Amino acid sequence: MNTRQQCKRIYSWVGRAKSSDQKMKTFQYRGILIKSERSLTEMCILLGEFVLVEGANADQPFVAKLLKLYEDGSQEKHAVVQWFSRITELPLNKRKLLRREVSPQEIFLDKAPGYGTDINVETIIKNVKVIPLAPEEVVPVRSKGKQIFFVKESWDGKCFKPLSPGLLSELKEAEKKKRVGSPTPLTDCQVFPSDFICSLKAETDRVTRSTMKTKNIQMEIESRHSASKSSLSKERHSQRVANGINTPGARKKLQLNSPTKSRNKLTGCNVLELLGDDCDALEAREPSATKRKVTFTEILGSPPKVSRTNGEPDSPQTMRGDWSKVAETIRISPYRRGQDSSLKAKNLDGKDDDTCLAEEQELKTRRPVVIPRSHRKCVQKTTALIAEQLHFLNISEQDQEDDYLPSTDCSDSSSSEEEESMVPCTPKRKTRSSTTLSTPKSSRKPSDTTPANTPRKSPEPRTPKTPRNATPRIPIRNQATEKPANVLEEARLRLHVSTIPGSLPCREEEFQDIYNFVESKLIDGTGGCMYISGVPGTGKTATVHEVIRCLQQAAENDELPSFQFIEINGMKLTDPHQAYVQILQLLTGQKVTATHAAELLAKLFSTPGPKRKTTVLIVDELDLLWTRKQDVMYNLFDWPTQRQAKLIILAIANTMDLPERIMMNRVASRLGLTRMSFQPYTYKQLQQIISSRLNHIKAFEEDAIQLVSRKVAALSGDARRCLDICRRSTEICEFSSQKSASGLVSMAHVMKAIDEMFSSPYINSIRNASLHEQMFLKAIIAEFRRSGLEEATVQQIYHQHVALCRIEGLQIPTVSEIMAICSRLGACRFLLVESNNKYLHVRVRLNISQDDVMYALKQE
Amino acid sequence: MSKRKSKETSSVNGECISQVQRILRERFCHQCPNGKLFGVQLQYKHLLELLKRTTIHGESNSALIIGPRGSGKTMLLNHVLKELMEAKQVRENLMQVHLNGLLQTNDKIALKEITRQLQMENVVGDKVFGSFAENLAFLLEALKKGDRDSSCPVLFILDEFDLFVHHKNQTLLYNLFDISQSAQTPVTVIGLTCRQDILELLEKRVKSRFSHRQIYLMNSFDFKQYLRIFKEQLYLPAEFLYKPFTQKWNKNVQSLSEDRTVQDVLQNHFHCSKDLRSLHMLLMLALSSITVSHPFMTGSDLLEASKSCRMDSKANIVHGLSVLEICLIIAMKHLNDVYEGEPFNFQMVYNEFQKFIQRKAHSMYNFEKPVVMKAFEHLLQLELIKPIEGLCVRAQREYLLMKLLLDNNQIMDALQVYPNCPTDVKQWATSSLSWL
Repeated sequence: MNTRQQCKRIYSWVGRAKSSDQKMKTFQYRGILIKSERSLTEMCILLGEFVLVEGANADQPFVAKLLKLYEDGSQEKHAVVQWFSRITELPLNKRKLLRREVSPQEIFLDKAPGYGTDINVETIIKNVKVIPLAPEEVVPVRSKGKQIFFVKESWDGKCFKPLSPGLLSELKEAEKKKRVGSPTPLTDCQVFPSDFICSLKAETDRVTRSTMKTKNIQMEIESRHSASKSSLSKERHSQRVANGINTPGARKKLQLNSPTKSRNKLTGCNVLELLGDDCDALEAREPSATKRKVTFTEILGSPPKVSRTNGEPDSPQTMRGDWSKVAETIRISPYRRGQDSSLKAKNLDGKDDDTCLAEEQELKTRRPVVIPRSHRKCVQKTTALIAEQLHFLNISEQDQEDDYLPSTDCSDSSSSEEEESMVPCTPKRKTRSSTTLSTPKSSRKPSDTTPANTPRKSPEPRTPKTPRNATPRIPIRNQATEKPANVLEEARLRLHVSTIPGSLPCREEEFQDIYNFVESKLIDGTGGCMYISGVPGTGKTATVHEVIRCLQQAAENDELPSFQFIEINGMKLTDPHQAYVQILQLLTGQKVTATHAAELLAKLFSTPGPKRKTTVLIVDELDLLWTRKQDVMYNLFDWPTQRQAKLIILAIANTMDLPERIMMNRVASRLGLTRMSFQPYTYKQLQQIISSRLNHIKAFEEDAIQLVSRKVAALSGDARRCLDICRRSTEICEFSSQKSASGLVSMAHVMKAIDEMFSSPYINSIRNASLHEQMFLKAIIAEFRRSGLEEATVQQIYHQHVALCRIEGLQIPTVSEIMAICSRLGACRFLLVESNNKYLHVRVRLNISQDDVMYALKQE
Repeated sequence: MSKRKSKETSSVNGECISQVQRILRERFCHQCPNGKLFGVQLQYKHLLELLKRTTIHGESNSALIIGPRGSGKTMLLNHVLKELMEAKQVRENLMQVHLNGLLQTNDKIALKEITRQLQMENVVGDKVFGSFAENLAFLLEALKKGDRDSSCPVLFILDEFDLFVHHKNQTLLYNLFDISQSAQTPVTVIGLTCRQDILELLEKRVKSRFSHRQIYLMNSFDFKQYLRIFKEQLYLPAEFLYKPFTQKWNKNVQSLSEDRTVQDVLQNHFHCSKDLRSLHMLLMLALSSITVSHPFMTGSDLLEASKSCRMDSKANIVHGLSVLEICLIIAMKHLNDVYEGEPFNFQMVYNEFQKFIQRKAHSMYNFEKPVVMKAFEHLLQLELIKPIEGLCVRAQREYLLMKLLLDNNQIMDALQVYPNCPTDVKQWATSSLSWL
């Protein structure tokens, strides 16, 4: 999304209209030319190629195959695509159907209905490589290569199927055609923006040719291919120069390099860019390796240059010696491998031959990669690793048609040190950072913070313990929990509020209303809001969750279009604006700041997404999202009104008149009039709830249940309270010494539990207070009566207190004691005491009614 | 008790006395969970069962322990935890988070502290990074992932619970109670507070999520039990090194508790405050009078201790004042009587004082006005008088309005014990009208 904002791209057609439809007034084209405004480079994408399409998540663009390009009457450029889905785009519960680990590079041919295949051309980002695999093939492991995708199976919304042979071959054909044919059409549509690139290109060619030459001397075994290879590679290189240069940073670097200083450095950068080209999907570290290689070829050609070029103190002699040694060790395997593939290439038809050529080329360019630096320990280790892995590959190669593995291995094993040093130059990194740069926390990779989103293994975590990768979890307990041993314990377990009941009794009507509302919106593919109110403990959230569960069930059974469900809770946010952050994170897995999240969400909901499901959003404790400007609420309720949003909002709050009371008119109007209020439960409903929870466990006497329900219904109608009382009464029953004859929870137990929970503590605590504390309370009342005011100073009360003590014949407390008593009573909040240091002049008020105090004191 | 005896065993006694003082002081000052609980057996059982169910069955709960200061809330909890921790099953599973409303003054700090105490993965070393929102999301996510059967139960203890109520939106309390009412990691939230009106402070949705389990501690014992507690607190343990001394000590304690004066002292103390901390204070003072030559506590020791306990602090200050200052206070008292507690200023007090001087010039030296002013300011520094608030502070010193922070009774009592007080002054104190 923001890549588009950052560097504007210009889209134009390749060639002239291929055909036109007079009736529809459309013109069809065979390709699209994407011109990046910033880097002045162009990319040509033809029909049949694979492209990345902008999606909700900037890090995970959609993958699609270009089927058709046309321009309609209103001059808008359209494309018809065949979608491919990443594993993360598939519903969670369906992923299990695969019964295997899926690498993040694997995509699925998406045959699920419901997505529009007609997209705006301007959402296309770039082309991408997709390699079809036969069902029995294993998806090669790549740690970071995001730019190559593998397709193996198709997905039709219900199950996964291997690609049909026809389709597979078709895809492969396209793949092959692309590989062979791409340079030719590209050259004619390529425009080099400035002269220096041309000169650069020439220079590059020269160097590469010299590289080839040296290599040819070394590798007689491949001499057969060398001629075609060098020419081919030249073309490829030139293409890559043009393609890869569109990263502004890299270009800058090129300019900085003076031509006299070092050709090899130039080529290093070039190669770096070449390899950074998207089509090649090279790893971030590879370019660094390639750079070394180029330096090295120079060394071979002209030893004196060495010290200048790579500035390392070692003499060329030792280096060469080192290299030859290491080369000896690793040469065997790649050579054999090269032979193998070339042999195979001979056996196979021409199509494969080409691939082999390219691969060998790649192999060769990459193989001596680390050698010049092999005096470093880590590099030696790496080379050894490569050798080992290459050897391993030789063994397993027989059943592998695709030969991209070695490159991954190289990248996998290259040292982290090199990675560190090369990070700024890697084009891939750059593209990534450009997508995240706009967020203030650019250092934070969004994918890292969402472990659930991409289960990709990070090759080398730099610091082992950063809070960023922390997974939130609570330690696992050692011993298993004990199962309930008797009926009462079982009942207690079932009566716990946390237990999710199988059904929600007494809310059938509300359930049906909400269900119908969401269902109709889902079917229509529109959005809407519903406001649900009710006092706490009336089952609002539970009912809504139940609705969602049922809808998800229905969607799974294909009775409804599938939807995405997210939930936020005003109380679980630290600030109303955090709502944006949470919604965005739940939707796409991105983690950005609130203001940015708001922008992204607004854009997401206002633009027609090519591949978007309806979103059902529950906003619990809505009143907490209130801000002075009410912008959060406004946005929340504004989004569903937009045509493309496909957003259904269920807002939950306590008060029925919330929209009228705290919302501005424009917010309340957007919320609409679809309201529902949950009435407090009546005693019959509460009774039913308890019975259904107990589910025929005989733990309560019928009367006891009725008593609880009536009590709670009279007080608040809060189901939580009801369940808590029941739970407490089972405890009282269990520990009461004289159990009722039946062993069931009886009225007496319930009464006791109710008393515990609802009786006012004041009277009891006053009775248990010390004598002078009671006397002080009496003195307060006496003073109030005397003065006729509800407020008195300690001094006045003290006089009353002294008088009372004289009557009772008690020792008269000192003023310090009186002050202590006063503050004690104040701490318990029997009294409201002014909090200042006015000593005797502190004013005191009663926090309980005088009647209560009198009642408590008289009973003695 | 007898002097002869104590002389014979003076060396042994010296050791004994220091041991006794050490043991008893530990008992009075440390809130050690080894001490005994008095009159809270029911609450103890309730809380123990509650926590046992949390740890063993993974049941989520919430409870409040409410009682006045010094009623043993923390002690009760510590006792329960100590017994709970004796079971291996509990020790290995239970995670505790202790928060105090006086330390965690807002939810942000509280969250960091919770994360730190739970040793979650976003803790680096001993520090918790990340914003408030991130921490909250992280913690909630962590607790959400757990379930009843597999996660460690977490015990949240919120000391000074009433202060958490004042946090913005009660976010922390809502979330803790919400977790305790939903199928997530089993948690038990225990709040300790002395406010009786705590439930009224909870927001209604927070209140609904609270299980309404309240454990009240009331100091609900009568004087007989109080006497027994007194004895228990003074008894030396049976495993004390010097058996004969222990016997004698305990016998003495027994006889003390039957002594009339001691009972009176205790009765008065009990009337004033029932909490055991003040009893400890009393015993502590009495204990410090014990020496080798005076190895056993006597009734008079307790009486002395009680006197110093209930000493009136302000009146004590009056004892140390000069005659001039006393005269000023008496003048203020008369002003208070005449104007019924209306504030006065220096000039009024000085005039009143001048009246007295002119009448009885022979007995008092006539001080200069600045000297009187100095004395007046000294009283101000001692906080025996206080300027009333809300008025212009820029007024001249002589005309600043003041209030006397002493009661008439206190002044009269103090004068009674004031050494070498001139009779004229005493007379003047009793009646301002005596000059008529």
